[in-house]
Amino acid sequence: MSKILIDIKNLHAEIEDEGKKILKGLNLTVKAGEVHAIMGPNGAGKSTLASVVSGKDGYEVTEGSVEMDGKDLLELDPDERAKEGLFLAFQYPVEIPGVSNINFLRTAINEIKEYRGEEAVSAKDFMSMVREKSKLVELDSKLASRAVNEGFSGGEKKRNEIFQMAMLEPKVAILDETDSGLDIDALRIVAAGVNKLRNENNAVIVITHYQRLLDYIVPDFVHVLADGKIVKTGDKSLALELEEKGYDWLTTENA
Amino acid sequence: MTLTLSKKMAEFTSRLETPQNNYQQAAAERLENMDFPSTRDEYWKYTRLGKITNTAFELGTKLTKTDISSFQTCDNIITIAQGEIRDDLSSFNDLSIVVERSFPGQFGVNNVRNEEKATIFTTINDAYFREEVVITIPKNTVLSAPLQVLVLHEGDQIINMPRLRVVAEGSSEATIIMTTGCQDNYTQFSNCLIELDVAANAKLTFQNVQTGNDNHLTITTIDARQAADSRLAVNTFTLNGLLVRNNVNIAVDGQNCETHMNGMLVTKGKQHVDNHTFVDHKVSNCFSNENYKYVLDDQSTGVFNGKVIVRKDAQVINAYQNNGNILLSDQASVDSKPELEIYADDVKCSHGSTTGQLDENALFYLQTRGISKEKSEKILVGAFIGDVMETIEDEATNQYIKNHLQEVHGWDSDIEI
Repeated sequence: MSKILIDIKNLHAEIEDEGKKILKGLNLTVKAGEVHAIMGPNGAGKSTLASVVSGKDGYEVTEGSVEMDGKDLLELDPDERAKEGLFLAFQYPVEIPGVSNINFLRTAINEIKEYRGEEAVSAKDFMSMVREKSKLVELDSKLASRAVNEGFSGGEKKRNEIFQMAMLEPKVAILDETDSGLDIDALRIVAAGVNKLRNENNAVIVITHYQRLLDYIVPDFVHVLADGKIVKTGDKSLALELEEKGYDWLTTENA
Repeated sequence: MTLTLSKKMAEFTSRLETPQNNYQQAAAERLENMDFPSTRDEYWKYTRLGKITNTAFELGTKLTKTDISSFQTCDNIITIAQGEIRDDLSSFNDLSIVVERSFPGQFGVNNVRNEEKATIFTTINDAYFREEVVITIPKNTVLSAPLQVLVLHEGDQIINMPRLRVVAEGSSEATIIMTTGCQDNYTQFSNCLIELDVAANAKLTFQNVQTGNDNHLTITTIDARQAADSRLAVNTFTLNGLLVRNNVNIAVDGQNCETHMNGMLVTKGKQHVDNHTFVDHKVSNCFSNENYKYVLDDQSTGVFNGKVIVRKDAQVINAYQNNGNILLSDQASVDSKPELEIYADDVKCSHGSTTGQLDENALFYLQTRGISKEKSEKILVGAFIGDVMETIEDEATNQYIKNHLQEVHGWDSDIEI
């Protein structure tokens, strides 16, 4: 049996200042080699889940646990979570003027390597890595060296996220609505990139509104997140059913 | 002679002896009728001078530590130590420049600054300076490399009066990098006076790199005058110093001039850094631009005051001003004030001032890629000051500044700026 990479138990989280409860007892277990899709209506808590797992400020976990590969993630700072092998592809990748994509990635990779007690990557090896990985998502190497996401189109931003994922080789990648704002060609490219990065040692959690992305990144499990917890789990056919019927039948059934 | 010397001024000058020459005696007499400004004076509203005015300083004596290797960034260098040029620590044979020292005994009434330009600190400089170093870039001469002017201080409770005049003659081109360094960590007050005379069609870049020490006090006044078709850039980088006040006054006297002022400072502890700029557009068809970036940490305070005057008949002027501030701590603060006086009607002027914290989303984004919060902050700060850092073309000086960011502010050397 393959090992458990992410183990979320009874996770309760609220928005810090408002005390508004968003996650209300969420359970999710993801094993190596698996792809999980998390779907659900607006406001169900999908993005909050991504934020809480990756350690964004502004959320308070009131109950429950999140473990990655046996490590308690909630104890760690966001960068330490990344160093342990977590990656978040942002729904809205942030533009950072003045910071070069490549330079910051090199800093990131070397910090991660230092954390793991590995040797820093040489400039030459790094550049050949950039060339190889940028091809994966057909990202123009000129974009790779520009300021982070600055002036990128929506599609380029998402491809840049997957490019970074390819560079950082995470154990667990959470793709937060990576399909939003993508045309069909860009969607195919991004999905193909993710598929090439999948292997038996890593796992991908795909957060999405629509079934469309799941035609390209085929999930092993589909979960429906509604009102802060997972209300139904099935295989890929559940996504098609949701596409047809919407979420109402699940949320009302649950209520 | 009636003694109306204020008590504070009397105390301040108690350990200084007025040299026996007419020019300085007259200056000392003028001082008798002056008093240190307080925060009630608009020009000094945000800068308290107690650290300077409550100390009886002594003039610096001959430098004992003569190793300048940690400060030297250019092959061609003029060292002004304790307010006097040091021939043995200067070497500029590669450059076609003329360097002269002019002594206060040779100064006459023509050298007395008019009331508008004289402040208490320029008057103190007048009364006690030892010599003026005059650097002339002859007509049509383009310097092949930058010239470094190293201003050094040493000793405790020392006041030095570095005084420099740069004459860029017609159609000449030069870059001068002034570096202020301290040979120890004692309190020294550098009351520095610099005059830049940029003749027609000349191009002068003056970089002021302030690396002082933790206790360094300075009032640095730069008075510049530009003739027609000239280009002047005055860039100020403040990396250390307890109390720093820079006055950059540029009178644009000729048409078709270009004027640039850039500034960057990174502070910590209880540092106070104040930049006052003043561009006086006296004639038509000129362009000026200034961009000052502040990064303030701990309990430090910053002041930016950018004054631009466009005189009545100075038409077709483009004058731009920007001051961006990042506060890294809750206790840091900045006072930013644009001051535009426009008396002509065909003029484009703009000013902008922003003060804020680092972008939380950008910070989080970098952290999710495995970069620690501390390093992420520095990467973002590096990006913020990047456009001002780009104005240093000299690689060694760029590295010198980065080294100071590392030593004084704990930056990693691998952070790109």
